Amino acid sequence: MTLSRPAKWAFGLMAMVCLAFIYVPLVVVVINSFNASQVFSWPPQGFTTEWWHAALTNPGARSAALSSVLIAGAATLFALVMGSLVAFALGRYSFFGRQTVSLLIILPLALPGIVTALALRTAFKPWLGTSWEWFGVAVGPTVIAAHATFCIVVIYNNVIARLRRMGTSPEEASMDLGAGVFTTFRLVTFPLIRPALVAGAVLAFGLSFDEIVVTLFTAPADVTTLPIWIFQSLFRPNQGPVVNVVAALLVLISVIPVYLSQKLSGDPGHAGGRM
Amino acid sequence: MTAVQDAPVRSRSMGLSTWLYRRPRARLAALLAAPVLWLALAYFGALFLLLMTSFYTVDDFTSLPVRAFSLDNYQTIFSNPAYVKVILRTVAIAASVTVIAALLGAPMAFFIAKVVPRRWRGLMVALVVTPLWASYLVKVYAWKTMMQPETGVVAWLLNPFGLSGPGYGVVAVTITLTYLWLPFMILPVYAGLERLPDSMLDASADLGARTGRTLRSVVLPLVYPSIVAGSIFTFSLSLGDYITVQIVGSKTQMLGSVVYGSYTTDLPFAAAMATVPIAIMVAYLAIVRRTGALDSL
Amino acid sequence: MQRNRLLRTVTMLGAATLLVAACGNDSGSDGTSTSGASVPDVPMATELGAGEGKINILAWPGYAEDGVAYKKVDWVTPFEEKTGCKASVQIANTSDEMFEKMGTGQFDVVSASGDSSLRMIYAGKVAPVNTDLLTNYADIAEFQKEQAWNSVDGQMYGIPHGWGANLLQWRTDKVKPAPDSWGAVFDPNSPYAGKIGAYDSPTYIADAALYLMSTQPDLGIENPYALNQEQFDASIELLKQQKKILGGYWSNYADNQQNFENGTWVLGTSWQIITNLAQGNGAPVKAILPTEGSTGWADTWMVDSESPNPNCAYEWMNWITNADIQAQVAEWFGEAPANVAACAETSDAGHCDVFHAEDQAYFEKIWFWTTPQSNCLGGSGSDCLPYADWVQGWNSVKNS
Repeated sequence: MTLSRPAKWAFGLMAMVCLAFIYVPLVVVVINSFNASQVFSWPPQGFTTEWWHAALTNPGARSAALSSVLIAGAATLFALVMGSLVAFALGRYSFFGRQTVSLLIILPLALPGIVTALALRTAFKPWLGTSWEWFGVAVGPTVIAAHATFCIVVIYNNVIARLRRMGTSPEEASMDLGAGVFTTFRLVTFPLIRPALVAGAVLAFGLSFDEIVVTLFTAPADVTTLPIWIFQSLFRPNQGPVVNVVAALLVLISVIPVYLSQKLSGDPGHAGGRM
Repeated sequence: MTAVQDAPVRSRSMGLSTWLYRRPRARLAALLAAPVLWLALAYFGALFLLLMTSFYTVDDFTSLPVRAFSLDNYQTIFSNPAYVKVILRTVAIAASVTVIAALLGAPMAFFIAKVVPRRWRGLMVALVVTPLWASYLVKVYAWKTMMQPETGVVAWLLNPFGLSGPGYGVVAVTITLTYLWLPFMILPVYAGLERLPDSMLDASADLGARTGRTLRSVVLPLVYPSIVAGSIFTFSLSLGDYITVQIVGSKTQMLGSVVYGSYTTDLPFAAAMATVPIAIMVAYLAIVRRTGALDSL
Repeated sequence: MQRNRLLRTVTMLGAATLLVAACGNDSGSDGTSTSGASVPDVPMATELGAGEGKINILAWPGYAEDGVAYKKVDWVTPFEEKTGCKASVQIANTSDEMFEKMGTGQFDVVSASGDSSLRMIYAGKVAPVNTDLLTNYADIAEFQKEQAWNSVDGQMYGIPHGWGANLLQWRTDKVKPAPDSWGAVFDPNSPYAGKIGAYDSPTYIADAALYLMSTQPDLGIENPYALNQEQFDASIELLKQQKKILGGYWSNYADNQQNFENGTWVLGTSWQIITNLAQGNGAPVKAILPTEGSTGWADTWMVDSESPNPNCAYEWMNWITNADIQAQVAEWFGEAPANVAACAETSDAGHCDVFHAEDQAYFEKIWFWTTPQSNCLGGSGSDCLPYADWVQGWNSVKNS
């Protein structure tokens, strides 16, 4: 678009302010992870890598990270199936109550976290004592179920957007050429919606990996996801510096999923999926 | 949409596939059964249980819910000025967060979609999305250190000017929540702007509109649904927060803190309190739905 | 049209809820009524079997240290090695949190304070304990056994852990002269306004009542947990006044510690462990028991009624009440051990004297956290406000 020069500068300036707002606190976290002082105060008093060593050898943080990965993975898989099913139903058929279903389905994401958390805790209470051991860490069916519930929306949003954009002609063509329902899905539909599935899955995984409000309310006693570990450590004495390191690490590795989703969707300007 | 259903039926026998092909209703039922059952049982069942609990009372001594229907909890909420104040304060904070996020986020989105050269776009989007992946708690914690009175980063920046910084409280909560949910505003707006063809903006310019006029009369109305879509997240996520306010809010109470603070001692009251944000959000969704925002999520 | 359908759905959902809730009327209560009612019949363990291999512990901070926060402070790992029960420890910040989390089998044992233990018993959340299976029960101080908060009709519901008082803490470099009265945190003209911290729990109302006992004797408060409407209102009023000079509330001990270490707060309520930890990090803080006396806690290890690992639960209760472990916990947390044999094992030989561990008279001077009931504690009538009202009162203080 042709913009006047002052307008371009104004937008550029606003964008820079916005980026500074986004990154200054994250930079502070990273710098602070090398702060020699136990008690936070700015500017830092000295430099140390002691906390990095402590954090990287912290067994609690490592098993919490594994637990988060397993729970996010299971919730994402479940949501992939459920979310795609709903997306096909709503995107390819018109039926009575379609509008209502489409509204109800986004509620788990649109309602405030504390509401979902409290509702699920009340409902899941009888199963809060149940946990499974996967690869040596405890995971909870209640957390997976809770996470899956709001992950479904993310998958649904991505798949239905893709279905809308794609139209029905490729599938019609396939059927006209004699392919059945399953063959058409396998050879035509699935390859076409794969980017949306990937984008949705990455987002759902991230959402689950980072979730704390619902997790705190639905996790069995021995299940410690990474956010729970951070939360508990924040509220334990002298764990601040170690939390800083884990925080800095999370900031740094968050580049990976962003890179992945842009790469896999094949569109550099892709926002990495739709919420 | 119905084209698939109306396609001519072939007479090749392919078992289940053919059976399904001939019965779009059966296909639909097969698609919907599992997810609808799941959501109905796990989510709406739970919400329903919560709603029901809000009409119970608690035992004076043991704090356990007593299943006797009463409107006491709702009466407490709306007759006690303290609770009305909390609700209003929470809505005000959530609204401020939404407005600030829109004011910061929309120009940012426009800058990425329409100003930056195409080859930089991917990098810019990545820059906006990356913090979304840095843990929620990490970001709140970052603001705790930013806002720490006297020895925090903000205080350190402001001290040379003789200012002391806001410390912990409503301002810190608003800033932190804006920070947390800003990407949720930028992304839908960016997606909306990306769909907006450049030719439309050029046409506006060709017809003599200056930049300001084009932005106001062409861009803004067209991305408005996207901004509203973003506002659903910024508003809802702020409305239900209790962790941020606990960490940087000092004495500030929000709806979420009241729910969190009373679910252990008075679950029915907490449930009644939790229906307030549900009502607010359902009303909000009903209103914004007309703008077509739900399709821009 | 879309909006109509949405509205209709919501209305229908609402109507259905009302209907079901109303029908639920005669299905009765799943709770038990006030303390006059009987205790639910929960079976008691009769013998110890082999450990189940794991245990979930819900504890106050500092009660079940596993060497994560401090390498040298660890009595959970040796427990795991000895019994084969892999322990998972969760820290609770308030009694209410403990109360909510118990009774589902999510946890096996809890270190309940007096203001939640009796409620847990009457709510059927905890099981009676068989003291014959508790190896250290004989060494527990007699004045801790069969008390109102840990037993019903002579049946113990847990094993006493330890006790102590809530303290007044201040920064010695910022607060001068040193305070000696709770008045310091209630003074509306305090020079430290905005830098004072208070404990975030309905129980804190008793701290205000305790202060009023000595400053406004005409209110006639005899027990800070037995307040009639007038006494309660006066306490709430005092707390609303106090809110104006507060820097914030703390329910988490590390939060309090950090606020004192970085100077965000300079004065407030605290526990001995917080003072110890802050001093350990070089912060100039001190804590005392003010002249008015104080509220305090007497904690009991209890077993969840649905505990999936009851044998490990008993193993834990036996372990944590061993004299040498009691000595470690008592010194780490800064409290009096329930097992008086621990007094011979403390690294500071005077520890038990400092905390009056064997001093029954001192023990009786502390107002231990107790659940308020409508039948006034101490028997002064039946016009006292029950805990449910305390919860609402506390909410209105915080939201004032």
